[in-house]
Amino acid sequence: MKIHEYQGKALLAAEGVPVPLSQVAFDAAEAHKAAVDIIAKTGSEVVVVKSQIHAGGRGKGRFKEHPDLGGVKVVKGADAAKAMAEQMLGSTLVTIQTGPEGKRVGRVLIEQGMDIASELYVAATLDRATGRTVLMASTEGGMEIEVVAEESPEKILKESIDPAVGLQGFQARKIAYGLGLTDKVAKRMAKFLGKLAGAYTRLDCSLLEVNPLVITGAGEVLALDAKATFDDNALYRHPNVEELRDAEEEDPAELEAKKFDLSYVNLDGTIGCMVNGAGLAMATMDIIKVFGAEPANFLDVGGGATVERVTAAFKLITRDPKLEGILVNIFGGIMKCDVIAEGVVAAVKEVGLKVPLVVRLEGTNVEQGRTLLEQSGLPLTTASSLRDAAKKIVELAK
Amino acid sequence: MSVLVDNDTKLLVQGITGKTGAFHTRQSLEYGTSVVAGVTPGKGGERFDDKVPIFDTVADAVAQTGANASVIFVPPPFAADAIMEAADAGVPLVVCITEGIPVGDMVTARRYLEGRGSRLIGPNCPGIITPNQCRIGIMPGYIHTPGRVGVVSRSGTLTYEAVHQLTSLGLGQTTAIGIGGDPVNGTNFVDCLKLFNDDPATEGIVMIGEIGGSAEEDGAAFIKAHVDKPVVSFIAGTTAPPGKRMGHAGAIISGGKGTAEAKLAALREAGVHIAETPSDIGSTMVQAFG
Repeated sequence: MKIHEYQGKALLAAEGVPVPLSQVAFDAAEAHKAAVDIIAKTGSEVVVVKSQIHAGGRGKGRFKEHPDLGGVKVVKGADAAKAMAEQMLGSTLVTIQTGPEGKRVGRVLIEQGMDIASELYVAATLDRATGRTVLMASTEGGMEIEVVAEESPEKILKESIDPAVGLQGFQARKIAYGLGLTDKVAKRMAKFLGKLAGAYTRLDCSLLEVNPLVITGAGEVLALDAKATFDDNALYRHPNVEELRDAEEEDPAELEAKKFDLSYVNLDGTIGCMVNGAGLAMATMDIIKVFGAEPANFLDVGGGATVERVTAAFKLITRDPKLEGILVNIFGGIMKCDVIAEGVVAAVKEVGLKVPLVVRLEGTNVEQGRTLLEQSGLPLTTASSLRDAAKKIVELAK
Repeated sequence: MSVLVDNDTKLLVQGITGKTGAFHTRQSLEYGTSVVAGVTPGKGGERFDDKVPIFDTVADAVAQTGANASVIFVPPPFAADAIMEAADAGVPLVVCITEGIPVGDMVTARRYLEGRGSRLIGPNCPGIITPNQCRIGIMPGYIHTPGRVGVVSRSGTLTYEAVHQLTSLGLGQTTAIGIGGDPVNGTNFVDCLKLFNDDPATEGIVMIGEIGGSAEEDGAAFIKAHVDKPVVSFIAGTTAPPGKRMGHAGAIISGGKGTAEAKLAALREAGVHIAETPSDIGSTMVQAFG
C-alpha cells in the first residue's frame, strides 16, 4: 500500500525524523490559510506548492491542462500559493511514473521554502538477497536511485541491518561520514538514519525513501520528500496506516477485489482470467499472449477460496467493458475443483454470460468439479490442458 | 533416490486441528506419509482422527515421537513464531505452507534460523513431495509418479502443471519442491539445484521461476558453474506490467529489475532449455534428454 508525501512526512515526524513545516490542502482556500500560517511561523514569504499523487517525478511532470506547469512550484506569498493551488487541484499531472493517462491532483501540500545547501538520498528497503533490511544512501539527491545504481553504483552506500540488534550507531556514522559530512551535520545525519531505520521496521514498510534529504545552509538535516510503501501482509497490525488509504488513487476493481481477498490487477487486453495461484495466473496470461490475444486482468483466487469468493471474482471479471472471453484455469491443491465449479455455475446463473467461457480444471476433486460443470447445462467449453484452454478461448473470442 | 524427504521422514503437523491443516494431514496420511504427531497449543493429549497424537509444543512432540520434519499450517500472524519453535526444537526440515506472513516477521525468523541447523522450505509454498513415499504440504498427490526429474519452483500451482506434464509423458519425478513466492524465504533455487545435482537418481531438473528478485539469475550462475544434468526452465510473468505486484509479494518488477527477459537471458546463457509456454515444460524436458 502506498500513501501520499504529506502522510509519509507526518509518520516520520511522529517517529522523530525532522521535516519542514507543511500543511495539506484540499482546496484553494485551505491552501491560502496554510500558506498564511507557514509564512507567519517562518517569517519568509517563500512557500512551495506540491501536488500530492502516488507517483514520483512530480517536479519534472506536467499538467495536461497547463502544459508549462510542473507538479511542484516555489511561490512567494499566500495569494500566489492560493493561485497555484487553484491551477493544480483538479488538474491531471503526467509524470514519468503515472503513464500517459496521468493522475488527478486532489490535494496539495503547502510547505515552507528551504535554504538548501545540498541534497542527498537515503532509503530503507528489503534486500532480498540477504533477507534483511538494507539502508542505502547517496550524494545524488533528487535523482532516481535506479539511475544512480545503473550509472555510478559506487556512489551508493549500503548498510545491512541485523534484525537481531537493529541498526547500530557505527553503521549510521559510516554512512554519514561516507557521504562526506562532518561535525554536527554528520551527527545529525546519523541520528536521522537511526530514526528512519526504526520507523521502517516498526511500521512494517517495504520501502521508506527520502529523496531528497536536504542539508540547509544552517546545517539542519531534513526530509524534504517522503515515499512510504507498506507491506500489505502486515497492515492488520497498523490500523493507523490503513486509514491513510486514498481510494481515489486505486483502481476501483482492485479495491473491490481486496474486500474478497482476491488478488486482482486490471490490464489492457480482452481475455479475462480466473486462476488459482499467482505463478499459474501469470503463466496463463503469458500463454494467452502466445496464442495471439492479450489478458484483460491478473486474478488469483487464492488457496482457500469459497463459492462466494469465486462468484465475486467472476463478477469482477465480467464488469470489464473490453471483455471478449473468459478463461478459468484451476489446478487444485488447497483449492478444490468442485468448489470452483460450484462458484462458476452460481456466478454464471447470477450475472449471465455474454462472452465465451472456457474452463480447465485439474487437481483435487477434479472429477466432482467436471461433473458439476457438465450437469449445469451452461454453454461453457471445457479444456483438457492449459494449451488447449488458451487456444480455445482465443479462437472463441475472435 | 530422492532429496530431503523419503520413507524415513517422520512428519509432525503444526496447526493440525485447523481446517486446512486437518484436510491436508488426512491427504498426506492417505498418501502413505508417516505423520507421527500434531501440535496445537491447548489440545495436547488429544488425538487427531483417533490416530495422530497431539502435543502443546513442538519440543514435546519431537521428544516423544522422534519427528524429523514439520509442516506449518498456522495463520499468518503466528506462522513466523511456529517456524522458530520448530527450529528451537531441532527439527531438521521445516516446511511452511502459510501465505501472507508479514515480511518483517520472516526477516526475524530467517535470522533466528541462522546457525540452528534447520532447513526451511517456504513460506507461501505448496510443500515437498517424493512420489509414493512422502507428501508434505498441499499438492494433489495423484499427479505425481516416481521418476527421473527433480522439480523446483517458486509457484505452487505452476509446479502442479509441470509435474502433471512430466507424469503424463512418463518421466516422473524424484522429488518436487515448492520454495514459495515470498521475498524472504528459506531454501532457494541454488540450494535445490545443489541437492538435485548431487542426487544420482535425478537425471534432469525443472526450475520454474517468475518475475521479481534475482533468485533465477543466481540459479543460472550456479547451473553454469556446476550442473551437467539437463535443466529446463519456465519463467512466469512475461506479460506482467512493471510496478504491479502479481499476487505473490515477491512477484513485482521494480526499477527495471526482475524482468522475465533478464531472467530468460541469464538462463539461456547458462545453457538451460527454455520452455516457451507453461504447457511445454514436460516436452522440453523430453527434448533435453534427447
